[in-house]
This record gives sequence, C-alpha cells and structure tokens, in this order.
Amino acid sequence: MANIKIKKGLDLNLEGAIAGTAMESVACKSFAVVPDDFTGVVPRLEVKEGDNVAAGDVLYHDKVYPEVKVTSPVAGRVAAIVRGERRKIEAIKIEADGSGKVKKFDIAGGDARSVLLESGLWCVMRQRPYDIVPNPAVAPRDIFVTAFDSAPLAPDFTLLLKGKEKYLQKGIDVLASLTKGSVYLGCRPDWVPNVKGCIVNTFEGPHPAGNVGVQIANVKPVNKGEMVWTLDVVSVVRIGELFSTGVVPFDTVVAVVGESVAKPHYAHCTMGCTVASLLGNGVVNPDNARIVSGNLLTGSRVSADGYLRFPYRQLSVITEVRNNADFLGWASLSPRRFSIYHSFTRWLLRGGTPAEVDAKINGGQRAIIMSGEYDRMLPMDILGEFLIKAIIAFDIDKMEQLGIYEVAPEDFALCEFADTSKLPLQQIVREGLDKLYKEMN
Amino acid sequence: MKGLRKYLDKIKPNFMPGGKYSKLQSVFEGFESFLFTPNTTSVSGVSIHDSNDSKRTMTVVIVSLIPCLLFGMYNIGYQHYLAIGQVEAGFWSMFLYGFLALLPTIMVSYVVGLGIEFIGAQIRHHEIQEGFLVTGLLIPLICPINTPLWMIAVATAFAVIFAKEIFGGTGMNIFNVALVTRAFLFFAYPAKMSGDAAFVATEPVFGLGEGNVVDAFSGATPLGQIATATTANPQITNIVGEPISTLDAFIGLIPGSVGETSTLCILIGALILLFTGTASWKVMLSVFVGGLFMGFIANTFPSATYPASSLSPIDQVCLGGFAFAAVFMATDPVTGARTELGKYIYGFLIGVIAILIRVYNSGYPEGAMLAVLLMNAFAPLIDYFVVQSNIKRRLKRAKANN
Repeated sequence: MANIKIKKGLDLNLEGAIAGTAMESVACKSFAVVPDDFTGVVPRLEVKEGDNVAAGDVLYHDKVYPEVKVTSPVAGRVAAIVRGERRKIEAIKIEADGSGKVKKFDIAGGDARSVLLESGLWCVMRQRPYDIVPNPAVAPRDIFVTAFDSAPLAPDFTLLLKGKEKYLQKGIDVLASLTKGSVYLGCRPDWVPNVKGCIVNTFEGPHPAGNVGVQIANVKPVNKGEMVWTLDVVSVVRIGELFSTGVVPFDTVVAVVGESVAKPHYAHCTMGCTVASLLGNGVVNPDNARIVSGNLLTGSRVSADGYLRFPYRQLSVITEVRNNADFLGWASLSPRRFSIYHSFTRWLLRGGTPAEVDAKINGGQRAIIMSGEYDRMLPMDILGEFLIKAIIAFDIDKMEQLGIYEVAPEDFALCEFADTSKLPLQQIVREGLDKLYKEMN
Repeated sequence: MKGLRKYLDKIKPNFMPGGKYSKLQSVFEGFESFLFTPNTTSVSGVSIHDSNDSKRTMTVVIVSLIPCLLFGMYNIGYQHYLAIGQVEAGFWSMFLYGFLALLPTIMVSYVVGLGIEFIGAQIRHHEIQEGFLVTGLLIPLICPINTPLWMIAVATAFAVIFAKEIFGGTGMNIFNVALVTRAFLFFAYPAKMSGDAAFVATEPVFGLGEGNVVDAFSGATPLGQIATATTANPQITNIVGEPISTLDAFIGLIPGSVGETSTLCILIGALILLFTGTASWKVMLSVFVGGLFMGFIANTFPSATYPASSLSPIDQVCLGGFAFAAVFMATDPVTGARTELGKYIYGFLIGVIAILIRVYNSGYPEGAMLAVLLMNAFAPLIDYFVVQSNIKRRLKRAKANN
C-alpha cells in the first residue's frame, strides 16, 4: 500500500452540500436509458415500442461486439424510443408496470465475463485508451477502481454502499479473475476497506484525486498498446451483489445537491428514474435552474422532465444566470465570485464561505493566452496545453507522444473550469479520442 | 443599470447582420461585453466556470502598470523643471506637465492600435480581443517622451498589423507587440530614439513649463553616458551634472523612457502581478537572476574597452529598461516559454543576453528590448526540448514495461 499525495488540483467549496445522512426513498413510474451514457457502444435495438421487459432484460447490444449489452433497469413496457437527428437513438423510455419481474443470471455455471456482458454491468466499466465501454475481445493489463469521488458536492461513497459492503470482496474477486494483472483500489486515507486480492493505494489532496485517470497516472500509467479498465467502487459492489445473488441491483443512492436545492439530501431510487421524482418541489426558482445529472464539472445537463443519467449517483442543481445585467462584471470586487486567481477578492474570506456560482461562462472564448493554467489543474505527467493543441490540430503522432492514451475528458474538466480562454476542453478531448479510435480501428 | 441594459437591447438589432450598422457588429459586441458580462451559459462540458476571463487578466496588468505610469508622468515633469532650472516648481506642476506631455502619446497609441484591432475583428467576424489594452499602455511607457506622435502612430500600426494581426490576433503572435513597436522606432528612427534630445522634455506643453534650459544640461540617460564614456570608471550624472547613486536609480528620478526609470514602481507592479497570479514568478525571478549573474561576471572582469562592465550587478538591473522588461515584457505568456521548466531557461537567458548586449556591444547602450525579442524567437525552441523530454520519458516508460 502506498500513500500518494496529489498537490495539483482544486477543491471547490460550493453551496448546497448535504448536511447529515438522511435518506429519502423515491418512487417513480417512468425510466429511461440513454445510449450516449455508454460511450463506444453503437446501439442495435433488441426491443421495440410496446414490448414488455423484466429488470435485467436486454434493450440493445453493440453493433461491433454483439455480446456487449445494455439492459433495462426496471420491469415494464417499452413506452417510447426517442430518436434524434439521423435517427440516432437518444433514449429508450420504459414505463414500470409494478410487476417487479427480475431476470436471474446463472452465476454458478457461466464464466464471470459472459455474466457481466449479459447482465449489462459490463457497461459500467470504461477502458483506457479512449474512455469507452471495454472491448470484450481484449484482456486488460490491470483494473483500476476509485473508492472516492472528489468532485464538487460529490456523494460520500460510504453512504452509497451502506449495508452492501459485504459484496465488495466478491466484486474484487470477479474483477481479479478478468485480468492477468492486478486490481488497484484507490482510497482516501480515512476509508480503506478491508479487502484482499487487490492493491490498495491511498490518495491525499484536492480534486481530481478521485478521478481514476489521475490515480492510474500516479500508480502505473497507461502506455501505447496497453489497455486498462476503470470503474468506481460502487459499481464493484454492484458486480459483487450480482455474483452473490444472481440478480443485478438496479437500485442506487443519489446525492441531490446544489444551491438551488431547498434541502440537499440523499435519495434511494432506481437507475434512470425521472429528475422530477428526485427533485419534487424542492427546487428554488425552478425557471432559472440548471439541472445537471452528475457533478457540475463532468455531468450532463438535463431538463426538468429529463432522466437520471449514468453513473446514477449525483444530481446537481444551480442557478442558470444569477444576474442578467452584470454591469462591468470583469471589474467586480465581490468576494463571492470564485476564481483561482487572487485578482478577485475571494481570498479575503479565507475559505469558509462557499463560492457563488452560476452556469455563465463568464467571458468570451479566446486563444490560449495564460500559460501553466492546465498544469495547475492536472496532476498527471502530461503537458495539457500541448496535448490539447495536438488534438485540435489532430496530429496523431503528437497526440500519441503527449499521452492521449492516458487521458479521459473528465481529467480535463477542472482545466476547463479554470481556463481563462473558456475553451471546451472536455469536448475537444472527447472528439479527439473518438477520431483517434476511428483512425486506429 | 437596468436602463442601460434595456437601451443596449433596443439598439442591438441595428448592429446585427442585416442591420443598418452591421459593419460595426464586432465593435458593438466589444462594448456590450465590456459593459455587461455576457449571459452565455455553457452548453456542454463544465457547468461552472472560473470568474476570471481575459478582460480581467488584462485589467490586472493595466492596474500593475499604474504606479509606473503615474511616476513616469511625475518624472517627465521633474526632469523638465530640473532642465530649465526651476526645481522649486512643486509636485503638482511637475505632475501636470508630465501628464499633459504623455497624454497625447497614450491617446495616439490606443486610437491607432484599437482602430486596427476593431477593423481586424470585424473582417474576421471575431470578438474584439483585449490584448491591445495592455500593449497600448506599454508603448508610451517604453518610448522616449520626445518621440513625435506620428512616429508612435506609424510604429504602432506596423507592430499591430505585422507582429499581431497577420498571425491571427491576440494569443497568436510570436513577438511581443509593444517591443516590436519599440524596435521599429529604434531601427527606423535611431536619431530620435537615443542621444541627448530624446529622453527629457525641454519644450513647454500647452503653455506649461516655459523656460530656458540651464547651461549644464545634458539629456543623456545613465546608460547612454556609459556607452559613450572613454574612461574605465565613468561617473554617471543626472541631467544637470550631479552624480547619480544606486538609490536614485532605484527610485527613478533619472532620465529614461517614461515607465522604465523607477525600479521601485516596477517592483510594486511586479507584486501585483505575482500576488494575483497573473504573471509567472518563474520567468520574472530568472530574468533577474540571469541579469545579476551576467552583471557579476562582467563586473568581475572590468575592462576599459567596455565601460559598462564597471557597473555593479545591482546597478545593471536598476538602470535602463532591465527591470521593466523583466516584469512586464518577459512575462508576456503568449510570446514567452509556456512550459514550466522552459520558463526558467527563457527568463535566465533574457537576463544574461540583456546585460551581454549592454556591456559588450557598444552600439547599443541598452539590451533589454533586444534580449526579450531574441528570446521570443527562441521560446518555441526551448519549449520543444522540454516537450521532447516529456515524450522521451513516456517512450522510456513504455519500453520498460514491455
């Protein structure tokens, strides 16, 4: 076990954190699976509108690797298949019928790999390079698991796992059987689960210490030609539960947070439930709210009639535009404005008070002017700015040389937050990875 | 402010494509976003953004230049009244004289530069970028006070067009725009840029400061005096022949380009830049280290052939434009080295080369400007080697694993 201190990065102190550990149970009738959540899987539907499915039944499989399947989180009827431009499937909506029918998987007979693929839990993992659902044809060098989330207002994993800790060992065992290498578990020093069969490392320091990519970079970086799998400890426990009970646990605990949530709380619900069921009437000023499924840095923006998205553990709500006539905003001396620079007066407050944020970009897009900004936010041995420029130019050799195989869009989320030039870095990295994948396969 | 917002919303359609003044769209949007932070919110990616933007960044640099600017104005007046033998004129007359003498230069620099920026932005349908707000103030500060306004206009236009716009605007330029302006003046009009007549305003401004220059007057800067000295240990004097100490040079009541004389005010500016995190301390520190290092070497082996070698390292960094270049020019992130290790090398070499030129090239009394421009050209090369070392490390790691 090694203790690794992360120095770069930033912990954002925002309003709307959860006080206490109280949990609400949420009932919901309508659910949705969004194929965009499972990057790399090109959907080929196995159901049509009107079909009845049980929880765990296959909804669609991948075009290239048909054994990669995405399954329904509830028993019910396929109510709608929402298509967008060029008939792209945007969501598969399911109305729960309350029958509670659940598909049982043969955990005694089949090997772990095929059970994972069949159950849909394969898709909770990601592979590096490319940050996509793992290619089932390749065995990974190692598997990396992060046991904490350091993102702003992130849920406490120990609460998410309450009562299910017993499945963790089983989950680790299953993962260990899938790789010839090791399973690495990255923890905070204050919560190190007692498990065997994996290498535990502890990480101190600010966000993005909880990003699995940062943990890999500081333990055993990915080289060209290698592949590792990544997932979080909540998913490992889910896998453990599947291999203990034969049933996929589609229930999840979600942190409902953010300054626009009247009473931030944990909610116990089923994956893919409606945002409305989680929020109820608890949003302050709903007409001016930005709802994000996930954390504010990497999450997906959803509408008030939208659905909870992968990884199904956080829903953040903030003000969309706080002040629509922000006179001379660039000259503001208000200590409530957050900046990594001391040119804003927030440093006078010395931490304590949470920062005031909204969804405004706070400026216009520019060429990259400030130097070293990405380096401050990226605790990896990667020259962020040069990699981003190589991606924009799509210079494949340079991208490879500068470490494109080691990164995922989420690693650049904090850089994007801090960027004075307001460039959409995560989008740049995502498009770069997608184009590179096409080029290489 | 809601009223102003409403008014802008009302006239906005006129400036949009198809409107009466659509040719002024970039200008309108520039002013609009200057007055009100745009309400655009993020569509994808992060939902929250840091409050800092390039307007704020440039504002901080301008604020950090204000001590130099105010002191420069006072010093113009001080040198003037000293030259005409009226040292009793008083603080406010001196300041007012300097203010009035410098104001036209500032206005010409901004009007010409921003005018070209506005046109460039409109041609490319870009937003107006803020880079010139800083450049436009740097130009008057690094030029001699007696530079004719038409020269400032020509040089600014040359620099903005050929050093910036043709490369793609703010953030894309290879050479520091303000220094290109200065270099253009230096090489195109050398007679006006050096010697006795450039650095001290002797004529009255708007009827202020009438008087005849005293007999002992000589307007040469300390470095100018040294460059033309014939003895081994030249005594440097102010414009009326009194000796100048290191402390005088530090405080800055000596002749020189407007903003460069007061090392004290430059250091105040440096503190603002460093505290706010706007400029890199790595570059700034290493320029001074490089300058002191080279100054020390030169001073250890003084030679009558090179009179500037008799200056102590401290004098070297206090005199001339060295400190100003270290704090405000070398730290320009766009034209400097962008890797963290590269910043040390880049800064150190600027310091060394500035003193090297100053001491061992008697043709140029000051080397700071040329040193920064030279290293601007080499910054990408420095970065190249730093990036290569990162790449090599990655390749080595890959090999070790396989």
